[in-house]
Amino acid sequence: MAKSALLKSSIGKKYWMALTGLFLCLFLVGHLAGNLQLLMPNSQLQFNQYALFMTTNPAVKILSYLTYISILFHAVDGILLAIQNKKARPVGYAKSNPSANSSFASRNMAVLGTLVLVFIATHMINFWAKMHFDEKMPLMTQTIEPAPGMKSEYYVGRAVGQYYQVDQVKLPGEKEPEAGLPPKQLEVKNGTDLYNVQANVKVGELYKDLHKITFDFFKDKKYGLYFTLFYVFSMLVLAFHLWHGFQSAFQSLGLNNPKWTPIIKFAGKAFAVIVPILFAIIPLYIHFSK
Amino acid sequence: MSAAKNINITLKIWRQKNAKTKGGIETYKLDNVSTASSFLEMLDQLNEQLVNERKEPVAFDHDCREGICGSCSLYINGRAHGPDTGITTCQLHMRMFNDGDTIFVEPWRSKAFPVIKDLVVDRSAFDRIQQAGGFVSVNTSGRTIDANSIPVPKDDADKAFMAAACIGCGACVATCKNGSAMLFVGAKVSQYALLPQGKVEATERVLNMVRQMDEEGFGNCTNTGACEIECPKGISLENIARMNREYLKASL
Amino acid sequence: MKLDSKIPEGPLAHKWTNHKNHLKLVAPNNRPKIDIIVVGTGLAGASAAASFGEMGYNVSAFCFQDSPRRAHSIAAQGGINAAKNYQNDGDSVYRLFYDTIKGGDYRAREANVHRLAEVSGSIIDQCVAQGVPFAREYGGMLDNRSFGGTQVQRTFYAAGQTGQQLLLGAYSALSRQIGLGRVKMYNRHEMLELVKVNGKARGIIARNLITGELERHSAHAVIIASGGYGNVYFLSTNAMGSNVTASWKIHKQGALFANPCFVQIHPTCIPVHGTNQSKLTLMSESLRNSGRIWVPKKKEDAEAIRAGKLKPTQITEEDRDYFLERRYPAFGNLVPRDVASRAAKERCDAGYGIEANDTNEGVYLDFSTEIKSKGKQAAYAQGNHNPSEEEIIKLGKKWLEEKYGNLFTMYQKITDENPYETPMKIYPAVHYTMGGVWVDYNLMSTIPGCFVAGEANFSDHGANRLGASALMQGLADGYFVLPYTVSNYLADEIRTGKISTDLPEFAEAESNVKKQIDTFLNNNGSKTVDHFHKRLGLIMWNKVGMGRNEQGLKQAIAEIAQLKEEFYSDVFVPGSADELNPELEKALRVADFIELGQLMAMDALQRNESCGGHFREEYQDAEGETLRDDENFKFVGAWEYKGSDISKAELHKEELKYEEIKIAARNYK
Repeated sequence: MAKSALLKSSIGKKYWMALTGLFLCLFLVGHLAGNLQLLMPNSQLQFNQYALFMTTNPAVKILSYLTYISILFHAVDGILLAIQNKKARPVGYAKSNPSANSSFASRNMAVLGTLVLVFIATHMINFWAKMHFDEKMPLMTQTIEPAPGMKSEYYVGRAVGQYYQVDQVKLPGEKEPEAGLPPKQLEVKNGTDLYNVQANVKVGELYKDLHKITFDFFKDKKYGLYFTLFYVFSMLVLAFHLWHGFQSAFQSLGLNNPKWTPIIKFAGKAFAVIVPILFAIIPLYIHFSK
Repeated sequence: MSAAKNINITLKIWRQKNAKTKGGIETYKLDNVSTASSFLEMLDQLNEQLVNERKEPVAFDHDCREGICGSCSLYINGRAHGPDTGITTCQLHMRMFNDGDTIFVEPWRSKAFPVIKDLVVDRSAFDRIQQAGGFVSVNTSGRTIDANSIPVPKDDADKAFMAAACIGCGACVATCKNGSAMLFVGAKVSQYALLPQGKVEATERVLNMVRQMDEEGFGNCTNTGACEIECPKGISLENIARMNREYLKASL
Repeated sequence: MKLDSKIPEGPLAHKWTNHKNHLKLVAPNNRPKIDIIVVGTGLAGASAAASFGEMGYNVSAFCFQDSPRRAHSIAAQGGINAAKNYQNDGDSVYRLFYDTIKGGDYRAREANVHRLAEVSGSIIDQCVAQGVPFAREYGGMLDNRSFGGTQVQRTFYAAGQTGQQLLLGAYSALSRQIGLGRVKMYNRHEMLELVKVNGKARGIIARNLITGELERHSAHAVIIASGGYGNVYFLSTNAMGSNVTASWKIHKQGALFANPCFVQIHPTCIPVHGTNQSKLTLMSESLRNSGRIWVPKKKEDAEAIRAGKLKPTQITEEDRDYFLERRYPAFGNLVPRDVASRAAKERCDAGYGIEANDTNEGVYLDFSTEIKSKGKQAAYAQGNHNPSEEEIIKLGKKWLEEKYGNLFTMYQKITDENPYETPMKIYPAVHYTMGGVWVDYNLMSTIPGCFVAGEANFSDHGANRLGASALMQGLADGYFVLPYTVSNYLADEIRTGKISTDLPEFAEAESNVKKQIDTFLNNNGSKTVDHFHKRLGLIMWNKVGMGRNEQGLKQAIAEIAQLKEEFYSDVFVPGSADELNPELEKALRVADFIELGQLMAMDALQRNESCGGHFREEYQDAEGETLRDDENFKFVGAWEYKGSDISKAELHKEELKYEEIKIAARNYK
């Protein structure tokens, strides 16, 4: 008796690759839209607000979990497929001329995908992990000059117009001020909550400064150039992955007909070129900007 | 017309005594090959030479020699059915090669197509996929309804024909970097899915054929499109998409 | 031996129905106890095996190819005839019957042919139900075209691949039965002997072509559907593996071989290019609808063309000899196959051939007239009533491409010439064999329990087969005749029980086969199998080919007998018996071809008349047309094997009775 095996069958695996892949394309668009804010002048507040929104909004959270699952599924399924496909040809050809009938990208999806996965891992370590787990994640500050000559650093509060002088705020793990100096009034708890030390009352919330992390990362004196180059290279890899992957997903889901396929293919190629280029511009801009 | 001339070539051919022994590439020199000869006639010539030298001739599958039976195979210089497109090996002519060329000739490589001897492989996996569901369950009594009682839109009939033009040679599997048989199965599923006569059993058919295909050890499709390019009958990738659709429909 | 055709009594139109009504049956519960062997999986074999499997018999099917789907029925291009009269042009069972008898030059059995015409409609119904994608019109109905020798449109087709689609249909039915376990399929197996027990066919010895093992298979009936013997000529449109061995083995066991000299030479094939050529490629008969066949009028022009000094396009209209139009103004380029082939040969023999090969054999098939006329029509249809020459030619070529594009491409791939620019070169080639194992009305040979179907039997096409009729016959035999007639025979076998393969008859047959194989492998001669096959082919083509005469045939008989001797003493077969050994396979086949070749020449020699594909140069009128002799040769010539000296074979005659049709001369002028 015929039984469908949506998880195990060859075609079932294709569906999952396609669905997770297309979902990740959507994710890329969202991610890109957010990141492009980095290109705007004085984007610090806006970007950090966006970062806050992305890490706290429940709807976004659901989406981000979906994204993590998609990445994992896409990767695991892809690896399983690659292993299975390797097994399907135990003895290879002595002479092979694959470029005569297929594109480089289409033949190297597994390698490209692995590179993208490595990139995602480093990318998450550099930014996502810091944002989520790093106790020492810097908080957004701004130099304000409330009166002439009184320029100093302030933490930016989430409520409009709230600023807290940096000197007054005790960061987690920070030592008590040296004897003689007055104790600090405010204290950061739970990453971004600002408490009144004496009353132990929450008085405000701060922003994690993802913007600074990003700029510091690519502008790092020693490694900034390498990081930038690595990111640009990764985007090139992503471009190839998308070049084949985008339209391939539609084929896997059974969407192929003479009318729509050329449009899908064109859209896929445009997507594969434009999205990675825009992504790549960001580190380049940051690194080379003054 | 480029007048026929004779060329001298070097052949590097996979030799393997039988399924159990290990094989390897052997080198042969062959002189005075007419460019008007077909590739298989060139191999005939080589075999004549080998037999006359009291050596074992090269075994290869072939039968109709007019591009329709699907017997001939051969991976020639890194491509299924050789450097030309839209043809089988028996239709490949030596004028595609130059004097002094070295030509690699290998069998189809796939776990599902084990080598029997030299360049001959066992493609019975295709038969078993067909047996799993590649038919309409109608008795052969001739007492069916009149052939014209169900009109079939010309476009569907034409598409079904184009899918049915598959000769089952296995070039799709051989050329696919994953050794996938989806073009073959997709073409068969499509032929029946497009015709009213085949729609009745469409669900069972696609599930059964895909299950058998997976059991045979073929790889998965990653949509490289190589099969479509190398298919001597130009079977379209649309057929794989249609199978994917049919499978999804059948699964839901 | 008295030949009994077992043609049922009664009016022609009711013979088959009445006969079927009175045939014995085997009850469903008894069928699984009965074994049937089917050799060959072309249209006839696959359809028969599928039908028997479906009925519940225990079927074993054999093919030498790696899959039943590869049988050479797959190569048929044009179409399949059926008296459906969908086009409302006056077609009927009777007309299909009549056209087939006339096309066969009055050398076929009326009753068999009428039955064929009767079941033709069911074939189309059956195939459509199986999902065969025939060509259709925009209204969704089946499309038809016309073919040579008829005045109606009754040919169903699937582009230029009708045979492929029909075979894949039969293959799908067979696959279904294999999947259900009712048919056991033996791929890469070759039948090398028929086993008779008490005079009845009881099994076969088959060689597993991969392991070389000789296998014994027993059955209550053996069906031979192994195709024709065109490869006796070495070069033909047949597949390389097509062979006469199964038919010849049963012939040697007592089945009579009928009309071996009736061979169809197809006029439009690509000419031979050289001595390494292995096979001839057919260009569909449909091309003759649009192409005009010609050779130069002047011998010096033909010589200049062969020498490459002149191009065909440089020969002016006045210097071209459109010989078919000249000789047969009424039918022109659309005369039947045998007529067109002979006319081309006549011109080439006279020195007007245009192909620069060893034999100068080739004529032109020219589309330039059609390009101009269709181009002009197309221009007018587009509203351009004053088209330039260039526009006309462009549109004309486009029309040709739509109609014959795939054929033109195939021609270009093979010859490296562009047929849109320069005329195609064509020449006749051996295509189909009307002769075959003699069978009665039930398709049973003279060996009880041994049935023969499709091209392998002699039954339906007389001395010449019409286009699109071979597919019809194969499927008719397999789907609609054998299931009834074989059951009738098997009704007496329900008490027989399983036949043991340990019987001494099996052991003896196996040891005979083994002996023959060992003979070849130990022969240690100096020449390859192909060497002998090519020599046989040359004798056959030159002396038992398109034109035959007494002297040539006598020479052929002697030369073939000589060749046979040389073959057995000097052939070299490398390798061993217990492996895949294509040279050994060829040797076993060529051994049978040699004997058959001699019988063909003998049959051609005894038939002192010209009819259909058999043209005896002595029997022609002043204009070179065939002279049939109905008084003395209106019979089926069936040969009985009398030992390895083929010249001792004995001729039996089955008189042909024409009750329904009045015999007339075939006239295509």
